[in-house]
Amino acid sequence: MSGFLLSLGPMQEAALSPTSIAVTDLACRRGDRVLFSRLSFRLNAGEALQVAGHNGIGKSSLLRIIAGLAPAFAGSVSVEGSVGLIDERPALDPALPLGRALAFWGALDGLGKSSQASGDLARLGLASLLDVPVRYLSTGQKKRAALARLLGQKSRVWLLDEPLNGLDGHAVELAETITEQHCAAGGIAVIASHQTFRLAAMRVLPLSDFALQERAA
Amino acid sequence: MTGRITALLRRDLTRLLLSGRGGGAMLPVLFFLSVAMLYPFAVGPDAPLLARTGGGVIWVAALLAAILPLDRLVEPDIELGMFDQWALRGISEELVIAVRVIAHWLSFGPPLMLAALPAAALLGLDAKTLRVVEIGLLAGTPGLAALGVTVAALTAGLRGGAALSGLLVIPMAVPVLIFGAGSLGTGGASGLALTAAASLVLIAIAPFAGGAAVRAARG
Repeated sequence: MSGFLLSLGPMQEAALSPTSIAVTDLACRRGDRVLFSRLSFRLNAGEALQVAGHNGIGKSSLLRIIAGLAPAFAGSVSVEGSVGLIDERPALDPALPLGRALAFWGALDGLGKSSQASGDLARLGLASLLDVPVRYLSTGQKKRAALARLLGQKSRVWLLDEPLNGLDGHAVELAETITEQHCAAGGIAVIASHQTFRLAAMRVLPLSDFALQERAA
Repeated sequence: MTGRITALLRRDLTRLLLSGRGGGAMLPVLFFLSVAMLYPFAVGPDAPLLARTGGGVIWVAALLAAILPLDRLVEPDIELGMFDQWALRGISEELVIAVRVIAHWLSFGPPLMLAALPAAALLGLDAKTLRVVEIGLLAGTPGLAALGVTVAALTAGLRGGAALSGLLVIPMAVPVLIFGAGSLGTGGASGLALTAAASLVLIAIAPFAGGAAVRAARG
């Protein structure tokens, strides 16, 4: 049975594997402050959600709770499908050349030196930077490298925390296209950003509606 | 699973053994040798005294050398977000810490055992003492490695964590030191066996204590 599943192509696999996020009555606390509460939403395969709101309202915390990296103060989150995360930390060894730093994640994700990986690198404009140590890369270049790592992970649920920071106009379009294609293939994207992220069929979640002081007023 | 462990171990070894910036495995070895070199200068060229106390000096030097790389064992990976990415891939903190104990031991245990040969020559140890020292180091350094990784995980993210981790390692390394250096006096296998036992306890605790510490450090 598992052999049969493994032999399927990525598209069929996408159609088969269940992908969803269900957030129910979620509350988040940082220190002794409750950032937001009674947050509920559901995302099904192919849907995208932008979490909007001013700095410090808990966008990153929400993403970390969905990823299972931070505990929920109240409520519950259930995620079906593998989760990939991009945040402000590149998770690439600063001393290593970019190619080897990405190859480490490729080895963990069972990627090998596949043609798909090199295609992703060329598409993200990283092919010429593979010999450059990660610490010499600019913010935007590191962000593109993180996108390459995310693509290699082949996860169903993408959690993108400020994915457009430091990206130039061309790279912003590229990031939007890549996310669009991910959703079209049956994936889910949750984007925490204060910048506009142009995506067809994207819902916007204003997190300030769930902040405590707003409801008290 | 095996492929993932191999990838983790290879990365850890490259970082700890060869890394040019952190000094790699050379820094603890040079520190160890410089202690062995300074000791005869400090106590004078009294051959019987050196031979009698030299084994203990080697043990103290090995313990202090094991403290040097502590600040780059766990904290850089937390800062880089590596542990979060591993967690998303279902790689537990316990596994990462266990692999890191192995890599940390490989990066300082065998090099120190090699460096103990010239150190023994500097201190004028006889062959029998040297043999007990080498076997003792083989039994004791894995425990020191496990202790080092545990403490590095506990102090990761704290201000002044590097200095604090050194202070925390020293008292907890006392059992290994007592049995390891004590076996020199008796020359017996019982001391070595107790050194290995203390080591095993530390190794058994390390993945769980270290993994819990990394998870607790996650905000």
